[in-house]
Amino acid sequence: MAQEVCSLKAQLREKEKEIADLKNKLAQLEKSHTSTLELRDRVTPLTPLKAKASLSNEDIMRYSRQLILPELGVQGQLNISKTSVLIVGCGGLGCPLAQYLAAAGIGHLGLLDYDEVELSNLHRQVLHGEDNLGQAKALSAACAVRRLNSTVECIPYHLQLSSENALQLIQQYDIVADCSDNVPTRYLVNDACVLSGKPLVSASALRMEGQLAVYNYHGGPCYRCLYPVPPPPETVTNCSDGGVLGVVPGIMGCFQALEVLKIASGQGSSCGQQLVIFDAQDARFRCIKLRPRQAGCVVCGENPSITHLADYESFCGSAATDKCRKLNLLSRDQRITVQDYKSVMDSTEPHLLLDVRPPVEVDICHLPCSVNIPLSSLEERKIEHLQLLQERIRQVKQQMAGDCLPPVYVICKMGNDSQKAVQVLENLSGSEVDSIMVKDISGGLMAWAKTIDPTFPQY
Amino acid sequence: MAAPITIHLEFGGGAELLFSGVKKHHMTLPSQSQPWDMKQLLVWIQQNLLKERPELFVQGDSVRPGILVLINDADWELLGELDYQLQDKDNIVFISTLHGG
Repeated sequence: MAQEVCSLKAQLREKEKEIADLKNKLAQLEKSHTSTLELRDRVTPLTPLKAKASLSNEDIMRYSRQLILPELGVQGQLNISKTSVLIVGCGGLGCPLAQYLAAAGIGHLGLLDYDEVELSNLHRQVLHGEDNLGQAKALSAACAVRRLNSTVECIPYHLQLSSENALQLIQQYDIVADCSDNVPTRYLVNDACVLSGKPLVSASALRMEGQLAVYNYHGGPCYRCLYPVPPPPETVTNCSDGGVLGVVPGIMGCFQALEVLKIASGQGSSCGQQLVIFDAQDARFRCIKLRPRQAGCVVCGENPSITHLADYESFCGSAATDKCRKLNLLSRDQRITVQDYKSVMDSTEPHLLLDVRPPVEVDICHLPCSVNIPLSSLEERKIEHLQLLQERIRQVKQQMAGDCLPPVYVICKMGNDSQKAVQVLENLSGSEVDSIMVKDISGGLMAWAKTIDPTFPQY
Repeated sequence: MAAPITIHLEFGGGAELLFSGVKKHHMTLPSQSQPWDMKQLLVWIQQNLLKERPELFVQGDSVRPGILVLINDADWELLGELDYQLQDKDNIVFISTLHGG
């Protein structure tokens, strides 16, 4: 009996030690797991990749279907596993790119994005899910990539790429992929890649079109060789204004993954002096032969004047985000607030509410009594629309007493186009149509949805 | 006199929105004493196709920054840019650079 008690106590002690050891092991594992996925808000040095001398049996099985391609082979796979890639922007391009690079066994994957996941991102930014709303995109993408391939070392950066941090960050990577969504960042990434001698796999997408090129690679041009002067800010359209079919950046991001993997494995990219243009409507790719590196280029030419990174937002005249700009074209007395318009509506004062959005957006949502004439029709002075306008102005006039000018309130989505429309209408007033009193509704339908009617859809 | 030539014009990347959203234009350029070059083509486009807001397409005597010109699927820089002399059945593409991601 006493012997049995002793033996059981000894067994218990042993099991308790085993449990303690297991707990310890688990804690350590969990610690290392979260530490590698620790979101970074500044640039820190990367731990160098240990070059693999050979593939493990697990590697061989995991990558077997690409390993047996003569274009890749064991050496190509080993090369991929020791390559580090920085993805600038974890959006519509960055998500599929990160996914395929991780799946293919890339070594280090830097994932950079300053933004958080929003509901309107999910149709194209396919690494983020409903559970990630509000989360940093870099972290959300890193977690998704980790589930796919835990052997890939992911470094999520929740920060805005800037002149101060770009060089330090980019110098640590072998290949850079530009998946950003704005002009200043594209120039910044380009210059940082030229100054640190890194190939830049760049793509962009909007509406039903995509473009791709590899810059600063094997004697080919850099972004500035092709576009020495930034476009006027008013000619640049972002995805929230112009729209984009999710699969279009998906295709372009996959194309970027292809070129990155070709460079990483040692095959080399075929897009070094070539622009690929994708037209989703016609289902057509077009390959354009580009100019070579330009001797006169200010950053990669023979006598470069750009030797350090400068202020890219002032160079481009726009902010380094794709958030919509707020125009201020009118004086205060030419604009009313949504609250003011609500009072006009409630007072049943005769007026005309003109919605100047394109018909496709009016189909999504509109205020009940609005008349739709798109800004472009006003700018082009389309006859049928001017007639409609004139007719509606007359109707308002008939309901009014006295000699007051008929009030016309102009609305759009955000309050930018409506300001332009007010300017056009002021020119039309008294000449092509009867004299009117025209005012912009500041902040547009989105302000209406936020402050007056929470049931009104936002898009 | 140079005989009239037919060319295929294409606009993309959003540049087509300046031309009523029409991407492809099959055009005949009238005969003139000198052969047509790109510089003259830009003027012709401005006078015949571009209805509104020319500043969104041209700047000075060239295209505005952010528009890439392709002649028969090659960057026009390789072919002399504004001085390139148009040939019958040339394919000229004006493509606006995209920035979205």
